[in-house]
Amino acid sequence: MASLAWRNLFHDRVRLVVTLVGIVFSVVLTSVQFGLFLGFVRATADLIDRSGADLWILSRGVVNLENGIPFTERKYHQALGVDGVAEARRLTINFSTWKKPNGSDESILLMGVEPEGGLGIPWNLVAGRVEDLRQPDAVIIDELYKEKLGVTELGQVFEIQGRRARVVGMTRGIRIFTTSPAVFTTIDRARQYFGLPRDQTIYVLIRLAAGADPEEVRQSLQSRLSYVEVLTTAAFARKQAFYWMFETGAGVSVLIAALLGLVVGVVVVAQTIYASTMDHLREYGTLKAMGASNGYLYGVIIRQALISGAIGYALGILISIIVSETSLSTTTAIILPWWLLLVLFVITQVMCVAASMVSINKVTRLDPAMIFKG
Amino acid sequence: MAVAIEVGGVTKSFGSGDAVVHALVGVDLTVNTGEVLFLMGPSGSGKTTLLSIMGCILRPTGGVVVIGGEEVSRLTEREMPRVRLERIGFIFQGFNLFPALTVQENVELALDLKGVRGGKARHRSRELLERVGLLDKATQWPTNLSGGQKQRVAIARALAGEPAIILADEPTAALDGTTGRAILDLLRELAHERGRSVVIVTHDNRALPYADRIVTIEDGRISNGEGVK
Repeated sequence: MASLAWRNLFHDRVRLVVTLVGIVFSVVLTSVQFGLFLGFVRATADLIDRSGADLWILSRGVVNLENGIPFTERKYHQALGVDGVAEARRLTINFSTWKKPNGSDESILLMGVEPEGGLGIPWNLVAGRVEDLRQPDAVIIDELYKEKLGVTELGQVFEIQGRRARVVGMTRGIRIFTTSPAVFTTIDRARQYFGLPRDQTIYVLIRLAAGADPEEVRQSLQSRLSYVEVLTTAAFARKQAFYWMFETGAGVSVLIAALLGLVVGVVVVAQTIYASTMDHLREYGTLKAMGASNGYLYGVIIRQALISGAIGYALGILISIIVSETSLSTTTAIILPWWLLLVLFVITQVMCVAASMVSINKVTRLDPAMIFKG
Repeated sequence: MAVAIEVGGVTKSFGSGDAVVHALVGVDLTVNTGEVLFLMGPSGSGKTTLLSIMGCILRPTGGVVVIGGEEVSRLTEREMPRVRLERIGFIFQGFNLFPALTVQENVELALDLKGVRGGKARHRSRELLERVGLLDKATQWPTNLSGGQKQRVAIARALAGEPAIILADEPTAALDGTTGRAILDLLRELAHERGRSVVIVTHDNRALPYADRIVTIEDGRISNGEGVK
């Protein structure tokens, strides 16, 4: 026998559609907002996570990647002499100005890297090579920002801080959380663009020797280098994400929107399940008179909520996945990892069960003697 | 004759203070196994209240109710559904079928409450539908049935749990004379040939020939009746 819950749901298809619309709306809103949040987190920390470094040396007081404070290169040379350090590379990051052929300016995040090394360099190149950065005035941009920067082909010449910049390569998918796209060049040229003295760097990236303990090397570097902070890549990425998501409040608003989605879902589902319960009140009274326990009735109501939740979730997630896939070709990625889909499934089901509590309360207090009244 | 239900000195009051209503005032009644007992009386006399108390749907304010040797008047609210499930089948004036379930599923639902599921439930429900002459309607929706057919489905459902007692509230009120008589025939057969105790609340004087005993209630008291204690 098909369950009473299933039959009750599908018997009143208009109400089922209303319930599902509410759940789908809630699931889409919640998943897109959480996916947006994860996309933002990845965009803020991608330059750190994908740097290839195990440790980062930065000035004390730096709270985010984009606003580093220069320090003397002596620290870089000192770091090279510490046991467990296999490679050290310098990196500068500054906001700068990119002038397009039409004369308009765009803010960019200028990344000064050592192309000969394996740390901090651009990744996922779809045109050109990292080594091409050694050519005069060479820069590499991401294809997501081609239009924003006015780039139509490789070899085009632009200006950064009044100096020549020639596009020699393009990456795919290096998103930046701010509106300033990353533009890679050599550290020497970056210093010239920015006017940074030749004996200064903003970050030193460390690759550990095979078998070296990251925490031991970090402590060793920290004790030898004064006035700087040594962080593991994971710790710096967390710090960076926390800054942009919570200290600036950008992530909080996204999370609030996600919570709003949940609240909307609970209200809509509660309302429709309650209306359905009221419609079937006489049937619940009959069941009670027939000897059904409250537990049996709760089971019917909760199963209705869970079935609605499962169907609504499936439809909602399908829409969200389409939205997510579409977003991957834009500068704002909505990321839906499998664990988020799983968490959202549980949240949807909990939301639907929570929404059925009002109905359960009504049925609990239902007097089976009502079936004899008319 | 064995006693199925024993009601002794039962009172039932609703409300409190000046607004208190005494629905039953010291009712004594015995229902025997295998008999059809009619409870009659004007509206508001207390007959449905008495039926509800005998059906373990309402708890009496005072007095004793014994069903199948078990004193049910002392049971808590949580224990009463068990007695209803094990011992009592209900038939309602409005049939109270589940519109989202087919005829067979309506009967299976009663079996589901008792934990009988799957092939066993299907077999048993078809047996019961055959007994009430509705096997050919097993896959129909209740809305496609006539009033008499709906009530026969309700009887099949009431019988699903093999109850010793069947309590019927105005079972013929929504039916025409011929159909009503067919339903009463079926209930009497259940009592006389299958040993069920059938208590019927009715206003319908046409039903009187089907009663083994008639008990009349007025103002919460039994005013006449054969076999009244």
